[in-house]
Amino acid sequence: MFEAIIDVLFLKDHNTRVVIISVMLLGVSSGIIGAFLLLRKRSLMGDVLSHATLPGIGIAFAMMTLLGFSGKSLPVLLLGAAISGVLGLLTMLAIRSTTRLRDDAAMGFVLSVFFGLGVAVLGVVQKMPGANAAGLESFIYGKTASMVFQDAVLIGVVALVMSTVAILFKKEFTLICFDEAYASSQGWPVILLDVAMLALVTAVTVIGLQAVGLILIIAFLIIPATAARFWTQRLDYMLLLSALIGALSGWLGAAFSGIFSNMPAGAVIVVVAASIFLISMFFGTARGVVPRLRDQARLKRRVGRQHLLRAAFEILEKQPGPLANTPVSRASLFAHRTWSPREFSRFLARARAEDHLEPSAPDAVLLSESGFGEAARITRNHRLWELYLIRHADVAACHVDRDADMVEHVLGSEIVRKLEEELGPEIGIPQSPHRI
Amino acid sequence: MPWTTFDTWIAVTGMLCAISCAIPGSFLVLRKMSMMGDAISHAVLPGLALAFFATGARDSFPMFIGAAAVGILTALFTQWISKFGGVDRGAAMGIVFTTLFAIGLILIVSAADYVDLDPSCVLYGAIELTPLDMVSFGPFELPRAAAVNGATLILNLSIVILLFKELRLSSFDPSLADTLGFSSGFIHYLLMTMVAVTTVAAFESVGSIIVIAMLIVPAATALLITRKLIPMIAIACAVGATSAWLGHFMAIRIPPLFGISDTTSSGTMAFAAGLLFVAAWVFAPHEGLVAQALRGRGRKLHLSPDVKSRG
Repeated sequence: MFEAIIDVLFLKDHNTRVVIISVMLLGVSSGIIGAFLLLRKRSLMGDVLSHATLPGIGIAFAMMTLLGFSGKSLPVLLLGAAISGVLGLLTMLAIRSTTRLRDDAAMGFVLSVFFGLGVAVLGVVQKMPGANAAGLESFIYGKTASMVFQDAVLIGVVALVMSTVAILFKKEFTLICFDEAYASSQGWPVILLDVAMLALVTAVTVIGLQAVGLILIIAFLIIPATAARFWTQRLDYMLLLSALIGALSGWLGAAFSGIFSNMPAGAVIVVVAASIFLISMFFGTARGVVPRLRDQARLKRRVGRQHLLRAAFEILEKQPGPLANTPVSRASLFAHRTWSPREFSRFLARARAEDHLEPSAPDAVLLSESGFGEAARITRNHRLWELYLIRHADVAACHVDRDADMVEHVLGSEIVRKLEEELGPEIGIPQSPHRI
Repeated sequence: MPWTTFDTWIAVTGMLCAISCAIPGSFLVLRKMSMMGDAISHAVLPGLALAFFATGARDSFPMFIGAAAVGILTALFTQWISKFGGVDRGAAMGIVFTTLFAIGLILIVSAADYVDLDPSCVLYGAIELTPLDMVSFGPFELPRAAAVNGATLILNLSIVILLFKELRLSSFDPSLADTLGFSSGFIHYLLMTMVAVTTVAAFESVGSIIVIAMLIVPAATALLITRKLIPMIAIACAVGATSAWLGHFMAIRIPPLFGISDTTSSGTMAFAAGLLFVAAWVFAPHEGLVAQALRGRGRKLHLSPDVKSRG
């Protein structure tokens, strides 16, 4: 058993090797093209195009039969599929550019109407005299395991060519993905580029459809790209990662389905890709859920601690006599801002852990030397921003506190310097412009 | 082929299905979620498989429950992935339905050794066969599929009438709906449940392609003709009903021209809806291509003196 797994994973068997390599190449090319589709917010295009090929397949079959040839010639059927796919995408682009309907409705329209036409055409074709259309419908649900050598080579070659073309057009595709209006103002032929991008999708879809099946090709165009997006904010890395994820899920999925015989390879590959997606969604370093929640929690803690220090400082300021660092009673500190008892004690613990507080009587809070300095700095930033708003943005004094409350935590030293220049020679801590 | 009572029943069933899809479909198109019907009709496979394993029989009621439950889950997962992961909704939908379909396929294949469960024949009913399965209500006798779709229609209609203002507000301005105290999230899931139930009821009885087409195309057609919500829903229903009738008519009248008896009605119904859409696209009163071209010409005539004087 174990040896069988190793054999399959490392492509020992010739047949599996061919199948797995071609599926991996398909994963690479659809990963790259899918990344552009995702950024163009047209991920479901593979779904649309794979349905839109049906009338072309039916009509190609009917024409071949009428001309007296066998209808099931693969190149002709693929040609028919490609033509009707291209017609579908032109329809979609025409709807988008001449009506108020959005992409989603245009895509849904093309998908359902073309597929409906295809079903109707197949209904006619199956009743044509002299035609053997049995199995034509299963044309759209390919079977990876029964892929023959020529099919695999065809897929591999087409996938390679499509990836190369997509990489060559990277600059143009990036432009229309990120800023369509700018692209057209710079004189780029946006519609032509759209057609080129979708033509690549059509090619990959048509090839993949026949070999690995409808559902896999749709998934291949969406899942690797979306998973890659969680790990990086840079397009180059995203393309690379998306291609890698496509290849990896193709490899693992095809290998697994080889080990557990009679598992449909397409479905196993989709499940592998979906697992990679789930991992990426939670742990992706750039946009994953866990890192994002962690960052949010960290920010919230910092903000809370800074609010605590400023509250202590403002209480010290109100005490009669010169400003001095004396213990502040816990009760007055708690009453100074709106916070829940739990939050309050958590922030206190946090500030103590960062050496901003010194041990003192149990019902009092004493700022440490660094804590006092930090409190002064935060209070000063807060006041500088308030003054800036009052003088230069004409905001009423009673309104500035809330705004400054949010901004004080993110004022960098550079902005603070600019504020100092703007607001004149007051280097010390300005008086609060409003009642605290 | 001549038109018989049989054909009337097929057309009527198709019309009921089209209208019951057009109502939630209008909201889907407005909310830019047109592909939901397609997603749900692929995604329900594991629900069907699990219901089958649980009951051990190909009984339609448990299957309906399983499918509808997974349909609602599809909407939920899509929503979560797009909200928590910050993923484009189309992509989220694609991930969910392909994965669910794949899981369903694996479930079915791994059980295929000892059961007979062919996805294509369990999943999808055929509208041509609906008059063969009649049920009677007192003195009336009608196809089971017509009864099912009629029931969905009544359900959808009553939900939309009862919650019309909530649906409208949350479709156009979800944050205002939230501040006014209608939960737009609740309305969203209600709509998704409506779509899931409608989709499953319809494809189980008449086939999936009709559902996918009738959720989108009539509503999109109506949106080209009017900008008001109530007329839009009414037009969508009318377009849906017309295309169902026209579609069946085409299915039995066009193939004989080529010497073939007939073709698949569900396909021609979707195609007929497409034809009506194209007609609206060209001839719609304000936003049709013709109206746009005329307006463009008028504007050019109007502008040309300025252009001349400047030149």
